[in-house]
Amino acid sequence: MIDISINKKLRSNSGNMNLDVDFDISNGELLTLYGKSGAGKTTILKIIAGLLKPDGGRIVVNGKTWFDDKKRIDLPTQKRNLGFVFQEYSLFPNMSVKENLTFALTKGQDKKIVSDLIEIIDLGDLQNRNPNTLSGGQKQRVSLARTLVQRPELLLLDEPLSALDDEMRIRLQQYILRVHHEFNLTTILISHDVSEIIKMADCLMELDHGKIVNMGKPKELFIQSAKNDGIEFSGEIISIETRNSDAKVTVLIGRDLMHITIDLELASKLMLGEKIIISSERFDPVIKKIN
Amino acid sequence: MDWNPLILTFKLAFITTVLLFIISIPLAYWMAYTKSKIKPVMETLVSMPLVLPPTVLGFYLLIAFSPSNAFGSWLDAWLGLKLVFSFEGLVIASILYSLPFMVHPIQSGFTHLSPTLKEASYVLGKSKFKTLNKVLLPNIKPSLLTGIVLSFAHTVGEFGVILMIGGNIPGKTKVASIAIYDEVESLNYTVANNYSMILFAITFFILLIVYLLNGGYLKKIK
Repeated sequence: MIDISINKKLRSNSGNMNLDVDFDISNGELLTLYGKSGAGKTTILKIIAGLLKPDGGRIVVNGKTWFDDKKRIDLPTQKRNLGFVFQEYSLFPNMSVKENLTFALTKGQDKKIVSDLIEIIDLGDLQNRNPNTLSGGQKQRVSLARTLVQRPELLLLDEPLSALDDEMRIRLQQYILRVHHEFNLTTILISHDVSEIIKMADCLMELDHGKIVNMGKPKELFIQSAKNDGIEFSGEIISIETRNSDAKVTVLIGRDLMHITIDLELASKLMLGEKIIISSERFDPVIKKIN
Repeated sequence: MDWNPLILTFKLAFITTVLLFIISIPLAYWMAYTKSKIKPVMETLVSMPLVLPPTVLGFYLLIAFSPSNAFGSWLDAWLGLKLVFSFEGLVIASILYSLPFMVHPIQSGFTHLSPTLKEASYVLGKSKFKTLNKVLLPNIKPSLLTGIVLSFAHTVGEFGVILMIGGNIPGKTKVASIAIYDEVESLNYTVANNYSMILFAITFFILLIVYLLNGGYLKKIK
């Protein structure tokens, strides 16, 4: 059980913000932090890791206090048993892939974990390469493997997949899910991708301006209004074309464009770039397999 | 031609560079990462030798180290150190004089490293010292090399500070730059030219090696 209750005054380019969150995570759970950039997601991870100091509050992980301003406890990062995967990989360029992993070993730790991880995360062919010669997806796999060497209690992932293309993303999601279960981890993942969150997370926490605005099961939160035989998409308005009696609106849904015809009154309320939800109650789906 | 001034010059440059390297790593580390309010003052002090006439530095060191003053007599009485007109005095003066040439490249090396490298190492449970040794320093090798070579070359080229605090004692403080001045004063242009040519050639090759290494040219040849 991880119990977090922290506050910190932050200065950002959009003015001052008071980060104030209070939540807990059960062991083995995968929690995603979701929200606009600047909402305080990365700050929360850095505070948990001890890389930033909160103004007040407490962090208790499996009964051990990592931070408590009243008791004046503030464990240094090195003493907090956690793993952190950074968005920009942060592999050590002066070491090979395997050396990056062995560097993470603690004194006297059995080296077998390194070869185990190389196998689990399929790094066999890469182990003697220099990190600078790897692709983004490969770097992120190494970074994930390296952070697991010390068998952390808590795994923090700061948008690890945002710089990757779709194919790599899906593979990495599988690796993360696999290690999350195999290593019995409690994981906090920052993600912007709705499908990724629904696929991976047990619990979703939505942040806005440093406050928790939503917390619950991702499916319930994202698809609150979904009904049987109903269909719902969220998308962005790309163009609005007014005609004599109606308007043609083009909406970008994921990577696909969709044209919908709506009446003029509704069209006058919409603006370019706005996010909208399109839903339909009854429809006859025609389903074909692609491959 | 007397080779002693040249030997003395390189001995001074070598000792100065080694000591500066040891002093500058913690100093540059502190200056790169501190949030202390006295950082601008420290940065100014370290950079002063860049703009201050060497004679000013030499003059104050001469006054400070003089046995007739409190600090100088304390050094003599407690540590048996006579820093005026001695080789040890030259080493200390050279360290102060070449400080920015070692500290600046190392500091800029640290600040240009991604901060997540340091954080990643801390998260892996590694101490500050181990992180510095195994992660930060190996990744700023070009900056370290630049610092070492610039300090060495700058110490070889010292004149004003040495003349003020060391004088012109053969075998003790008469380094090549002083010897050149001395020979010119005595109208021995040939000897002055010999010293000058040697210094010119050596400094040229030292700097050339640095640019070749840092530019990666030697790797390309392989």
